[in-house]
Amino acid sequence: MSGPNTDYDPVEVTPLKAEEVEAARDAALTAIAAANSLEELKQTRLDHAGDRSPLALANREIGALPPAARKEAGQRVGKARGAVNQALAARQKVLEAEHEARMLVEETVDVTLPTDRVPAGGRHPLTTGAEYIADIFVAMGWEVAEGPLIEAEWLNFDALNLGPDHPARTMQDTFWTEPAENHVVLRTHTSPVQARTMLTREAPIYVVCPGRVFRTDEYDATHSPMFHQVEGLAIDEGISMANLKGTLDHFATQMFGEGIVTRFRPSYFPFTEPSAEVDLTCFVCRGAQVVDAGDGQLVTCRTCKGEGWIEWGGCGIVNPRVLIACGVDPERYSGFAFGMGIDRTLMFRTGLSDLRTLFEGDVRLTTAFGSEL
Amino acid sequence: MKAPLSWIKEYVSLPEDLGVEEITDRLTALGLKLEAIETSGAGIDGPLVVGQVLTAEKEPQKNGKTINWCSVDVGDANGTGEPQGIVCGAHNFVPGDKVVVILPGGVLPGNFQISARKTYGHMSAGMICSARELGLGEEADGIIVLPPDAPAPGTDAREVLGLGEEVIEFEINPDRAYALSMRGIARDAALGFDVPFHDPAQRDVPLANADGYPVRIEDESGCDYFVARTVTGFDPTAPTPEFIKKRLEQVGVRSISLGVDITNYVMFELGHPIHAYDRAKLTGPIVVRRAHEGEKLTTLDDTVRELDPEDLVVCDDTGPIGLGGVMGGASTEISETTTDVLVEVAHWDPRSMFRTGRRHKLTSEAGKRNERGVDPLLPPIAADRVVELLVEYGGGVAEPGVTEVGPGASPETRKPLTTITIPTSLPARIIGIDLGDDTVVKCLELIGAQVEVEGDTLTATVPTYRTDLNDPYDLVEEVARIVGYDQVPSVLPRRATGRGLTRAQQLRRRIGRTLAGAGLVEVVDFPFVGEADFDRLGLPADDVLRHTVKLANPLSSEEPGYTTTLLPGLLKVAARNVSRGQDGVALFETATVAFPVDQAAPIYGVDRRPTEEELEKLLAAIPRQPLHLAVVLAGERTRGGWWGSAETASWADAIDVVRRLGTELGVAVEVASASRAPWHPGRCAVVSVDGVEFGHAGELHPNVCKAFGLPARSAAVEIDLDFLISKVPATAAGPVFSTMPVAKEDVALIVSSDVTVAAVEAALREGAGPLLETVRLFDVYEGDQVGEGNKSLAFALRFRAPDRTLTAEETAAARDAAVARAAELTGAVQR
Ligand SMILES: [Zn+2]
Repeated sequence: MSGPNTDYDPVEVTPLKAEEVEAARDAALTAIAAANSLEELKQTRLDHAGDRSPLALANREIGALPPAARKEAGQRVGKARGAVNQALAARQKVLEAEHEARMLVEETVDVTLPTDRVPAGGRHPLTTGAEYIADIFVAMGWEVAEGPLIEAEWLNFDALNLGPDHPARTMQDTFWTEPAENHVVLRTHTSPVQARTMLTREAPIYVVCPGRVFRTDEYDATHSPMFHQVEGLAIDEGISMANLKGTLDHFATQMFGEGIVTRFRPSYFPFTEPSAEVDLTCFVCRGAQVVDAGDGQLVTCRTCKGEGWIEWGGCGIVNPRVLIACGVDPERYSGFAFGMGIDRTLMFRTGLSDLRTLFEGDVRLTTAFGSEL
Repeated sequence: MKAPLSWIKEYVSLPEDLGVEEITDRLTALGLKLEAIETSGAGIDGPLVVGQVLTAEKEPQKNGKTINWCSVDVGDANGTGEPQGIVCGAHNFVPGDKVVVILPGGVLPGNFQISARKTYGHMSAGMICSARELGLGEEADGIIVLPPDAPAPGTDAREVLGLGEEVIEFEINPDRAYALSMRGIARDAALGFDVPFHDPAQRDVPLANADGYPVRIEDESGCDYFVARTVTGFDPTAPTPEFIKKRLEQVGVRSISLGVDITNYVMFELGHPIHAYDRAKLTGPIVVRRAHEGEKLTTLDDTVRELDPEDLVVCDDTGPIGLGGVMGGASTEISETTTDVLVEVAHWDPRSMFRTGRRHKLTSEAGKRNERGVDPLLPPIAADRVVELLVEYGGGVAEPGVTEVGPGASPETRKPLTTITIPTSLPARIIGIDLGDDTVVKCLELIGAQVEVEGDTLTATVPTYRTDLNDPYDLVEEVARIVGYDQVPSVLPRRATGRGLTRAQQLRRRIGRTLAGAGLVEVVDFPFVGEADFDRLGLPADDVLRHTVKLANPLSSEEPGYTTTLLPGLLKVAARNVSRGQDGVALFETATVAFPVDQAAPIYGVDRRPTEEELEKLLAAIPRQPLHLAVVLAGERTRGGWWGSAETASWADAIDVVRRLGTELGVAVEVASASRAPWHPGRCAVVSVDGVEFGHAGELHPNVCKAFGLPARSAAVEIDLDFLISKVPATAAGPVFSTMPVAKEDVALIVSSDVTVAAVEAALREGAGPLLETVRLFDVYEGDQVGEGNKSLAFALRFRAPDRTLTAEETAAARDAAVARAAELTGAVQR
């Protein structure tokens, strides 16, 4: 290396000659453009912009020039180095982008591979079905009432106008607990919850009671010794059958869709008077009695057997005798009550054909419904 | 209740053009629900004609049978007028008899095509029909022989046979006892179409006198009216007339003998049960009383019955001869030798009828009517009608003696007619419809009530055949059904101001979603349990769970109890899923279980609300029924796949279910080791909150897995969900956390193998002080490097200050304090 105090003629310092600087710059730019990978570019950077590159060496010679020559040479070399660095950065950017794109292509997976490492859970449709029904009523300002499954005979029967010798008691085949003198039964309907509600709350009362009930029925595709009911009870001033009809029509529409309504037929239940059977517009043929067989031909609807209606449940005006036994003033208040099978309602809504499917615990039933109905 | 339309029409002038469906639609709307319409002779097609047998040659066959080769006059029905040759296997006819013939080309029920065919060496051109072949009854003792006055040969036989007649089957509700008769159904049809009704009970009957058979009622509360009439010289062999036979068959009653058939016929006609005795078999006067302790009676069905002192019996000098109103006795039954018939029509107390029927498990047409209530004015009328028919068709003579005893016999002593007073506006108000007062009055008059209006109220005097009408709302229903339930408008109630779901209801939903989110599948199962289930769980003999609420009438004698634990059912369900091919099952069930309280629940009256004390006593007698959650994890917990192999469920997964619920609900659940069947004694945790235990979780005992057919290492949980829910804070407290940098320190501690992780962790927490944010075990090592009987626990500690970056010195000091405390409390030595 030359000492700074030695006199030089700038034109004698070869690396700083204009043509040398330009050649070095051009060589660098060509090499940069030719670099096809980040590795090649790295080498190019070393070769053309590194400490031993021609331009770096030329730069070092500037200090040896006489002061008058330094400025010009400095500008010349600086400009060339700037151009090279700029080209390097630009090329680096391009190559990095290319590299990234290539990496993403290389990392491609088969997204159709199975992903079910953790099996899905689910809630039983009877649970979610009861919640669905409850929510319809909660949205109308009703509350959800509950009671025990093993119940006092008085609450399950007597308080509901089903005295010990009432013929209707034999209509409900009851599981009795031992000893019989204890007068405790497995509740045969959710109606004792209505009695409990009237006994413990002040009118007005608007409650819906979904729950499990038991009867000594055979176990087959349409009967089960354990099943589920939902009952509703409204006690208020001026309650009428029209209110009952309005409520059930609303329920039917919410449960089965627009256009599904109810029809009442006279019936008999000890706890209501007047009493009615509730039919529901057949949700398959929607009351048309016939369905398209698939080939444009109309055939009798099998779900309703061509009636256009299907039986849904029972209802009526709460018998004043029940109000009296439960401490509600029948002179001031009237009420309505209704009840239907949740299992049956669910079967209608989901097309299940065998009741037993609901109680045998096969996970395939539950997981088919997820965790909401 | 089956009713031939032609029989109903005898008592009501229905318009001719009214179709059966219009009639049944209207009656259904009135509360007599249509079950089915049967048309007799359905399935018969083609030439079915009257034939007259001209000759019948008996020809014995090789197979031992004898056939009749008949020549039958079928008039011009065969197109030739020549007699028809027909082979017939029956023998209940002779030449000259008129029979029913189906000619070739005809079809019998079951799509049985008739053609001329070669049989028994003859060309048989048609068939002489039996009732069964025509689908008219089960009887097939032979072919149908028509009466001699049947129409000429060749006439279409359909009309003669009454084919094409519609029999309507109704479902009659228990309150509408009146509709268990043609009289009652016809009355509703009349009011439904507003046409005249001709009451078959409208007849003049002879007055009671002292010459009748002596009858004494000793228990007027059980029987308030007893009518007895006698027919003598009755021909016991006289056949039942065809119309009675046919109608009984149509209503579903077997024809037995003329005497019995007539009593049944009149019961269906008028609705009142009737009993006939062979008077020659009676000894002394008839007495009606309650049975004595130990008395026995052989009823008509040849069953010896031990009588109860509550049973009402009809007696003579020999003792009980009938279970009053329910079933007659065998000793005085009318038979093929009976010539003197005593007819009994009595009005019985419905409640006694019901209790006796239930006690002796007897259901009969008579009992059904008597227990639901019959018209108390009918006895003399029904008796007279029976006498009339016995005389007409049995050739007897009605004795002039007419016995009528009991308070019901006289208007002075008879129970007064029921009157019901209501505000005239009540029906409109309760139905929710505009109704004029006159409409209300007209409706009530249509059912036969006498109505008096006074101011705003009306008083209806209820007809005797409507024993179901007692309360004001009963009248509302009558008005509603006549106006039509289809007229009820649809109006939502005005106000309901509920507070939404209760906290517990919301939490139960949240628990269900949490469990489902953790991959658990909910199932629903029956709650019945037996000793074998508890044995399979390995419960000790004196385990409290074995003390169940027992059912008096269980579905299966193997499962007589209401369960105290959800596990037996859930383990069976899990095994079922495994046997159906599931490699792993993760199930949960929430349901109440029951623990007996062994107290009697009182039965109160219903004329008032029970007092608070009474209610408390009632509720205290009901078994305690907490809501439980059970979980079973069997086999694969996660699936194997390209990511690696499957993980098998373990005790840890079971405990984690409870911990996860605790986290979700904001409840600090403590876990401690325990030993409890059905769990593995070394892999069972008891879970508690605030020191109160509420369930167990862990791996099932290997024997339990075997007993239930579950994969080894299956795990289970059962907890009291009501308790857990009660521990959920009303509102979750908002967390306070620092955003300062975290300082991490790991420590490895060697402790004796029997020291629990929970104990070490608690000591670390305590020693570390408030700067410690979390502590988490990340490794456990047992082996040579830590020495026999020891284990190494590696914990990750995270420290953070609320207000500053911790210095290395502060962090180290906290760590050292934590380790020092662990050393002090658990003997831990830092590795
Ligand atoms: Zn349909």
